[in-house]
Amino acid sequence: MTQAADTTPLVKIRDIRIDGRSDETWLPIIKGVNLTLQRGQVLGLIGESGAGKSTLGLAAMGYTRDGVRISGGSVEFDGIDLLTASAAVKRDLLGKRIAYVAQSAAASFNPAHRLIDQHVEAPVQHGIAGRKDSAEDGIALYRKLRLPNPEEIGFRYPHQVSGGQLQRAMTAMAMSCRPDLIIFDEPTTALDVTTQIEVLSAIRDIVAQYNTAAIYITHDLAVVAQMADRIKVLLRGEEIETADTRTMLTAPVQDYTKSLWAVRSFERPAKPAVQTGAVPLVSVRNVDAAYGKEKVLHDVSFDIHAGRTVAVVGESGSGKSTTARCITGLLPPMAGQILFDGAPLPPDYRKRSKDQLRQIQMIYQMADTALNPRMSVGQIIARPVQFYLGLTGKAKRQRVDALLNQIELDPAEYYNRLPSELSGGQKQRIGIARALAAEPRFIICDEVTSALDQLVAEGILRLLARLQDELSLSYMFITHDLATVRAIADEVVVMKDGYVVEQGPKAEMFSPPHHAYTDLLLSSVPEMDPDWLTNLLVERGVDNIGDAAVNEL
Amino acid sequence: MIWFAAALLGFAAIAWGFRFAGQVATGRAPYFRDMTFGVAYGYIFAVAALVWLVWAYLQGRSPDPAVANKFFFLRIAVEGFIVFAIGAWLFRLFGRNVGTKGTKRLFRSMPLTASFGIMMILIYVFVAVFASFLAPYGQAEIIRGVPANIMPGGDIALGGNPDFPLGTDQIGRDILSRLIYGAQNTVGIAFATTVIAFALGGSMGFLAATLGGWLDQLLSRIVDVLMAIPSLIFALLLMTIASVWAPRLGIPQTYFMILIIAVIDSTRVYRLSRAVGQSIVVMDYIEAAKLRGEGMGYLMFKEILPNATAPLLAEFGLRFCFVFLTIASLSFLGVGIQPPLADWGTMVRDLGGFVNFAQFAPMVATPPLLAAGAIALLAVAVNFVVDWMLHRSSGLKD
Repeated sequence: MTQAADTTPLVKIRDIRIDGRSDETWLPIIKGVNLTLQRGQVLGLIGESGAGKSTLGLAAMGYTRDGVRISGGSVEFDGIDLLTASAAVKRDLLGKRIAYVAQSAAASFNPAHRLIDQHVEAPVQHGIAGRKDSAEDGIALYRKLRLPNPEEIGFRYPHQVSGGQLQRAMTAMAMSCRPDLIIFDEPTTALDVTTQIEVLSAIRDIVAQYNTAAIYITHDLAVVAQMADRIKVLLRGEEIETADTRTMLTAPVQDYTKSLWAVRSFERPAKPAVQTGAVPLVSVRNVDAAYGKEKVLHDVSFDIHAGRTVAVVGESGSGKSTTARCITGLLPPMAGQILFDGAPLPPDYRKRSKDQLRQIQMIYQMADTALNPRMSVGQIIARPVQFYLGLTGKAKRQRVDALLNQIELDPAEYYNRLPSELSGGQKQRIGIARALAAEPRFIICDEVTSALDQLVAEGILRLLARLQDELSLSYMFITHDLATVRAIADEVVVMKDGYVVEQGPKAEMFSPPHHAYTDLLLSSVPEMDPDWLTNLLVERGVDNIGDAAVNEL
Repeated sequence: MIWFAAALLGFAAIAWGFRFAGQVATGRAPYFRDMTFGVAYGYIFAVAALVWLVWAYLQGRSPDPAVANKFFFLRIAVEGFIVFAIGAWLFRLFGRNVGTKGTKRLFRSMPLTASFGIMMILIYVFVAVFASFLAPYGQAEIIRGVPANIMPGGDIALGGNPDFPLGTDQIGRDILSRLIYGAQNTVGIAFATTVIAFALGGSMGFLAATLGGWLDQLLSRIVDVLMAIPSLIFALLLMTIASVWAPRLGIPQTYFMILIIAVIDSTRVYRLSRAVGQSIVVMDYIEAAKLRGEGMGYLMFKEILPNATAPLLAEFGLRFCFVFLTIASLSFLGVGIQPPLADWGTMVRDLGGFVNFAQFAPMVATPPLLAAGAIALLAVAVNFVVDWMLHRSSGLKD
């Protein structure tokens, strides 16, 4: 690669228009976007889901998914027009000079082959290196990406490696031919914060070392601030704004960009402290639980008082959701008990009375799987109304309409829709309405905002906060996103490996001194400052972040 | 053999030339430029096959009966194919312009195969329902004064009779009437059997998926045992037992047959509905319904069943074909639908000997093939519709 040619752009997309097929017509997905990328530069693409980020990212490879077509514009890669290039020319480019890292590494690796075998496939296929050479190179890359045990990890199968390691192995695979361009499609979205930070620093490092250009697609602003040199904001297939990262963060021009930036400022005012001696609404007392013989909860105890929100935070596998399953009665605890309003609840949900079941409701993470796709919105909300309150006919319809109004959806428009005809945020609102329909006093919110875009998530959080004030509900808020905790919680419980590590009021939790694990969690949350990752690495050293640090605890 | 290899090699050369010519003629248009050799070869091969088909068809229309007879059935097949294709196309055109908004939209996106399938199924249903009005004679009626084994075609010179366009069978019954009644008997019984198999297998499967545990184990192992025995032999065995019991109990043997085939086929339905049910049961909305305190009936029929309809409906079509073929095979073996009821399987068995005449007197060989053709046509039609429904429910676009 000659450095002299740096002025000519590596990727040049001009006025690209992409259509997607829906039913029988072609609807525009991308409506004329320009994109220029120099060698060695990282471009961040941000926007909500459905904005066309991934479609644009793939179009930079001259590729479209099934049912999608490029209807206009041009895509040039290093002077080659990818839209008119022959299949043979494209075959020669893809994988060799352009690589792609998908969101879910676990779903993208072939589970039947070892990592190293998949790693060497592209170099051997393209005739860049022999099997042996590229395997050695793979081990060197694993070492550069700070994978544990680089000599041996390649000989494992994908299921034997953790999610964060797999994502790094995938990055190594993308680097195997030393491409000029890598497209990262939300590579850390599915990871925990502590794991994410490791992957981020690894990606940033290797991209800089080999002077690779990259397109980094994400909806997380703080992440893109660490990774990108320039940021492009997309909204419904149109470009809103492009600028280099620092300018974009400090002085956004467009209103939409400003609103994105402002999301993280939502925070509820602190509530007065709980009176001593008050009976908590829900009390988890010394609960142990196990799946089969595997013990996953150890002596978990915390209280949730009426009208307050308790956030339970921790990484995946820390026992947050299992605690919720114990409270709902899906997983009867081995020891300890759950008190509701001072009285113990039967451990198994089948043994609880209808009224006890009614009091505790749940809102799920994935609204897609939480709503029956064959039932209309009206039917979904009406069922608990009829089941618990015995309302039928007109009274039932009125109650459902009232609930729909409460979640800020127009009953006339949404009553007969199916879940597939709603957006992600609207689906989540229906989930909330279904929980409210039972007229409960306590709602468990299991990662309710983690699958949503930040703007939509903020709307949901505000709605939940308003409902809490109006109906004096109590929430147990399971999350791994500390920004959410900061926005809505009154008290915080930190969990790790089935133990409660620390608990207390929010203000105390966010100010030092912390438990070492809480400290690590807090410090791993990306901030909007573009120097945050650099500073953190300088401050802590590359070995004291992420999973490596967790294991040391 | 050598000629065959030489022809294949020749095709290869022509294919290469074809692709090259295409590239030159279109100025390297993307389609020809990116065409693989296999695709080009496929084109040439298809053209060669088509040429042969046209040649064979023209042979079939040759004035020399010795030549024409050899290609008689191929001629019929080609003509039938064209007629059915035109019929299906017209039917689709009809569907696109008549009916509600929903059905019009359905017909617009429908492939020709599916519209052919739907058309054929409708025709079969019509014939089965109105059999007694359509058939010129009774199904068991031995017509007086008419010889047995009249040739189909109604050509007096060859030994036919215009009053019996499809001829008469070995004891002088009208074959056309028996074919029409056969639709009623065979298709009706197959439909009833499939419905019972689905009610049984489906509800058991969902129950096993929802409850799990020992009930699931028990049901699944029973099903394993039943499936381990070859189904046709098992059915044959049970039918032999039933043929002894039926007269003693005074219950028609046909009822036994319906029940036996339904139980044997319900094992396949059980497997499917259990698997489909299991992937639905883990969904959060089922958990939400359980936590609400809903009963088993609501869970199974209101929450799970509506989400399982697509695969079950597709399986219903396939299962219907299998049941239908099982009944025909049992009848062919003599333990299925009992005479004098008309049944296509029995007709194939009774008239099967005539197939030997196919080489030199094709018309004589036709009677058993009519019944066999009726079976085949329905099986093909149902499968076309099922394929189309699977394609739609799996969300495959293109």
